Amino acid sequence: MELFWYIIIALVLTIFFILDGYNFGTGIIHLFFAKKEKDKKVVAKAAGLFWDFNEVWLVAGGGMLFMAFPTFYASVFSGFYLPLIIVLWLIVFRAIGLEFRSQFNNTMWTAIWDTSFGISSLLLALFFGIALGNIVRGVNLGGVENEISLYEPHYFFLPLWDSSFSPLTEHPGVIDYFTIIIGIIAVVTLAIHGATWIRLKTNASINKKLKNVIFNLNIVLLVLTIFSIVVWQIVNPNSLDNFAKRPYLIIFPIIYFTGLFGLFFIKKIKKDSYNFALSTLLIIGGITSSLASIFPVILPSTNSINESLTIYNTATTDYGLSVAFNWVIIGVILLVIYIIIQKRLLKGKIDKMDYGH
Amino acid sequence: MEDMIFYDRLQFAFTITFHYIFPQLTMGLSLMIVYFKWKFLRTKIQKYNDAALFFMKIFAINFTMGVVTGIPMEFQFGTNWAKFSELTGGIIGQTLAMEGMFSFFLESSFLALFIFGEKLMGQKLHFLTGFLVFLGSWASGWFILATNAWMQHPVGYEILDNGKFVLENFSALFTNPWLIPAFLHNQFASVVTSAFVVASIGAFYILRNKNLEHGKLFLKTGVIFGLVSSLLVAFPTGDWNAKNVAKYQPATFAAMEGIFETEEAGAEIVLIGQPNMVEKKLDNKIAVPNILSFLTYQDWNKQIVGMDQFKKEELPDNIPALYYSYHIMVGLGTIFIGIMLLAAFFLWKKRLHTIKPILWTIMFLVPFPYIANITGWYVAELGRQPYLVYGLLKTSEGVSPTVSSGNTLFTLLGFVGLYMLLGLLFLILVGKTIHQGPKPIKH
Repeated sequence: MELFWYIIIALVLTIFFILDGYNFGTGIIHLFFAKKEKDKKVVAKAAGLFWDFNEVWLVAGGGMLFMAFPTFYASVFSGFYLPLIIVLWLIVFRAIGLEFRSQFNNTMWTAIWDTSFGISSLLLALFFGIALGNIVRGVNLGGVENEISLYEPHYFFLPLWDSSFSPLTEHPGVIDYFTIIIGIIAVVTLAIHGATWIRLKTNASINKKLKNVIFNLNIVLLVLTIFSIVVWQIVNPNSLDNFAKRPYLIIFPIIYFTGLFGLFFIKKIKKDSYNFALSTLLIIGGITSSLASIFPVILPSTNSINESLTIYNTATTDYGLSVAFNWVIIGVILLVIYIIIQKRLLKGKIDKMDYGH
Repeated sequence: MEDMIFYDRLQFAFTITFHYIFPQLTMGLSLMIVYFKWKFLRTKIQKYNDAALFFMKIFAINFTMGVVTGIPMEFQFGTNWAKFSELTGGIIGQTLAMEGMFSFFLESSFLALFIFGEKLMGQKLHFLTGFLVFLGSWASGWFILATNAWMQHPVGYEILDNGKFVLENFSALFTNPWLIPAFLHNQFASVVTSAFVVASIGAFYILRNKNLEHGKLFLKTGVIFGLVSSLLVAFPTGDWNAKNVAKYQPATFAAMEGIFETEEAGAEIVLIGQPNMVEKKLDNKIAVPNILSFLTYQDWNKQIVGMDQFKKEELPDNIPALYYSYHIMVGLGTIFIGIMLLAAFFLWKKRLHTIKPILWTIMFLVPFPYIANITGWYVAELGRQPYLVYGLLKTSEGVSPTVSSGNTLFTLLGFVGLYMLLGLLFLILVGKTIHQGPKPIKH
């Protein structure tokens, strides 16, 4: 049951990053590449139409995490207090940027909200990447100092950074040189994802240029990926052991690299939906490989005194998990029905759709 | 530690108060939009469809605000109340996760269709999507109230040796005797808010001599919905809730009614008075004898236990705030019924749109249902103190063990600044929408 819920929650959150990821990416592309007002409008619309539906995946994933792994939820949310609250603020700025830009026909007004949308999207992508980096790196569980735990063994608190920016100190901060690399990888990945989404959903005049942008970003991504693996090997020589111990987990890195290498053929691929599928593989592969590298741990402990948090020592009771199993099946069936109806009624490019309330 | 709990409570109170400005309107308004759309399907009179589309715009702005201020609510359980989350997540996580699964997906899937899809899918399907949005938003209320009901009156749980609350009986969460009265009371109260907003916009148009036909429709619909919902909020649902408090939280009941001393031969109902916590009495009291005993137990002479019968640590920690919240809510609710009865009388005489004093009153009444709704929630939350889970888990035991008060103050200030900006934008946008008005009728 723990494993089932772990997979469901990982799935829901991955879907969140695929769906809202293209919104973050759209924001990043919007910030750097959309220059003409017409493009800006269409690109913002490509993100704006569904952001609240996409956001629901985060809320649902958070709720399930709360229900199934309350100890993990409590530990991580209070331990990463500041970055999480900042993410909440960014989500607000992102949403109001999208919703309000078209409310007044005034260049200054739209410029303010475009910037708000673009910058908060960029920072959200960065922060989510950094968060993933933190989960993989682990934290000082129990706040151990001189071999003594300051808190209960499953609690911790992380400052945003410490002066060394190193993941190797006794108290690494949220931002260190390893997690920042993962953050930048997330920004680049989601920018690619956003670009493939814009190509899929709009006829914006920047679409031609975006093929080159995707190709170039993909080269950057390949370099960064290799770099991050090397850095991680230096920081933690045992980091790939899990893949040796559980060889079937290698499927996840394979998914990632399929997406990565596939996108090098972007100039030859005619269908926009194939490109979008490839960038989706990048996200699925990236998240699942990171989680797989520590599985069944979900938050490693960086000290030798307190145990790492696993899906088994943070879960609620079997009764709760199995009751929820029943309703989640019903929920998923309903959800599939909604999505089918939604896609049937709102298909195709959105340039002409009447938006702005 | 004291600082810490104070800032945590203040941040939660501030963010939830601001958040609840929006859902209380969207829940009630979705019902009224469904009504307008249904009337249009039945009569084919254009103004009903205009009304549905106009209020959909107001709905959409409020929905956006509700979503962006709602996400911090779910996250704050973990960030600021980690110990509470750890201990009770196995139970309240169920209802909160179900809210995401069964209500948010429904609501957000069909809202986009309702907003963009009128031409794409025809009138009947458009009505159906509106109805599903309504269903989703009320389901959300249901799961939140189920969560709160468990905190007010815990059922279906078991406490393990390590202090964790775990689920023992899932269906008990939804058959909780606290749930149905609280849910209905809350939903009718949200209809009051939306009805008053609709009537107020109607009164505004009539007074401005603008969009007259729509104005009259809004006024009429608002007054009818407003009268019915104001009555239902007071009786039976308000009455029902008060009896639940008297039964399950007697200390809270004494505090909110302002009963300092037990009265053996029937308790009076306090209309006005200020709690004097030093001398343990009400200053400047105006009260009617024996009414409270009758309202609570249908017996004029039944004894009601006063605050003197409880130990200090069993009583809510801020009695004046609880007392005022309760009396403001009840007082406003009574005034609403009075004004709506009067308005309904003139509506029946077909003269309401000509009587300026009532139109002005209705127009300026708008903030008050919001105040009544929010003070109503303050009664529930202050009344439950000093507990998070009534009788079982103290508020002071629920805070995050590792977050310092400096960090909480920082984020509290951030929320205050951000929400000021949000509030300002919200007012500008709603003002703009009301100024533009519904689509003019072509003759």
